[in-house]
Amino acid sequence: MNFMTPDETKPAPARASESSPAAAPRADSNSTAEPASAAARPVSAITVKDLSVFFGKHQVLKSVSLDIQARAVTAIIGPSGCGKSTFLRSLNRMHELVAEARMEGDIRLFGEDIYGKNVEPVLVRRRVGMVFQKSNPFPTMSIGENVTVGLRLNGIRNRAVLQERTEQSLRMAALWDEVKDRLNAPAVSLSGGQQQRLCIARALAVQPEVLLMDEPASALDPLATSKIEDLILELKKDYTIVIVTHNMQQAARASDYTAFFYMGELVEFGATSQIFTSPKQKRTEDYVTGRFG
Amino acid sequence: MIVASANHRFRKFKSLAMNSLCIACALLVILPLVVILFYLVKMGASSLNLAFFTNLPQAPNQPGSGMANAIAGTLELLLLASFVGVPAGILGGIYLSEYGGERMNRWIRFWADVLNGVPSIVWGMLSYALVVIRMKAFSAWAGGLALGFIMLPLVLRTTEEVLVLVPRSYREAALALGLPQWKTIMRIVLPTALRGIVTGILLAMGRIAGETAPLLFTALGNDYWNHNLSGPIAALPLQIFKYAISAYDDWHRQAWAGALVLVALTFILSIGVRLFSRGRFQKST
Repeated sequence: MNFMTPDETKPAPARASESSPAAAPRADSNSTAEPASAAARPVSAITVKDLSVFFGKHQVLKSVSLDIQARAVTAIIGPSGCGKSTFLRSLNRMHELVAEARMEGDIRLFGEDIYGKNVEPVLVRRRVGMVFQKSNPFPTMSIGENVTVGLRLNGIRNRAVLQERTEQSLRMAALWDEVKDRLNAPAVSLSGGQQQRLCIARALAVQPEVLLMDEPASALDPLATSKIEDLILELKKDYTIVIVTHNMQQAARASDYTAFFYMGELVEFGATSQIFTSPKQKRTEDYVTGRFG
Repeated sequence: MIVASANHRFRKFKSLAMNSLCIACALLVILPLVVILFYLVKMGASSLNLAFFTNLPQAPNQPGSGMANAIAGTLELLLLASFVGVPAGILGGIYLSEYGGERMNRWIRFWADVLNGVPSIVWGMLSYALVVIRMKAFSAWAGGLALGFIMLPLVLRTTEEVLVLVPRSYREAALALGLPQWKTIMRIVLPTALRGIVTGILLAMGRIAGETAPLLFTALGNDYWNHNLSGPIAALPLQIFKYAISAYDDWHRQAWAGALVLVALTFILSIGVRLFSRGRFQKST
């Protein structure tokens, strides 16, 4: 799989030499035995080097470099306006929807440059899915249609495949038992928490390798939030997850790695336990202990 | 102090007076419509019978005169106009909402609003110059084109307005699934806004159904069945105009009946708008 248009399949020259071992395919040997945790042999899913993002003249991200581990949860924390969401969106090129957005640096998905020449953003997004802050199921579609929309509009018509993928995705999103008898009901008839899990199922149905979550639980009540968090822990067995959150406890509970952003800079990045118990930077400590932000 | 002072009572009086004025003005808006409807029914209903809908126009004071060809002609002209105004209006609206840059959009919107304000007879003249002179004949094509010109900016602006109302989050969700932008627009954005777009089209049709001036020297009108779109075609407003300026009481009554049918037609279009506003899964806005 790559992002090139069929006539441009020449692989991009490996610029960053250290990223070449990360080019291993996703289904590598450590996938079956144990869930990839901080302790397991780490494989970089996404390698970010010197990423700067500008909106017009305003620089939102300042030379950010970090490795996102495969089959693990990486949390992005920081006060509002620190560039968390922009960072997340630059990982599947969604920030380009803003007309005057511009980026510098290098982002590689399993070794492939996602900003390379002839790379098609649409194909990047098929491999790097996204769940948004506010649940946004399509109002003109039923629950089932919402799950399969990404497949159907990409040309998959086989009903057996669609049915199988519907059940599989809804099960992974922990929603199957609640909706299996009313897949034809309007998606907007679901509760807020159910709608958000439906959006996760919709993103999973196209079988991405990485799932980006932009404050997925910030609009939900505590019960629905804990369901989403359980779901995240379950999903990391198969997926690489990057989650932006305002909720410090959520980052501590659900993530393996934590990155603290402040004013467009990556202040500190490390294992979640280390960031929350023995941060190296004063600013990180102040933030995670609630002294500012 | 709980007891109202004189000052307070005066304020209450002012409030009541202004409220009453607002209600009166609101009713004033409805009043002309009620008067027109009442008058149309009074003058026209007596001439309405089955023959009016099935027969061709007859000489004055002949029994069984009708406007069947004009009713059919108006519907045909609406269809022809839609072929011009709907595709161009919708595609233009999509451009404004989804693709256009701010500078470009300002210009297009400005010109669309100018077009909207162009007197309808000017569109008739344009269509006359473009079609009638070249084809050397008055025709349904020319009439439809003139009405289509009027429809275009209306459909364009309503399409743009309802597309802009579709939340950005739906577009983002679709794009994040790896859908190309054109599919996002065709399969997610347009269906979400469909009710609004159809409402806009029906309202534009209602607006042009009664236009007379642009048809005077394009569709021209006739008194017989014409199934050739390259020839003159009858239309309700033209027939009403012709009958109303005639010298015969019988034709005057027919003109009233025609006007009643025309109002009923736009009324039916409005009801269509209401019905269509109840989409699948959605409550009317």
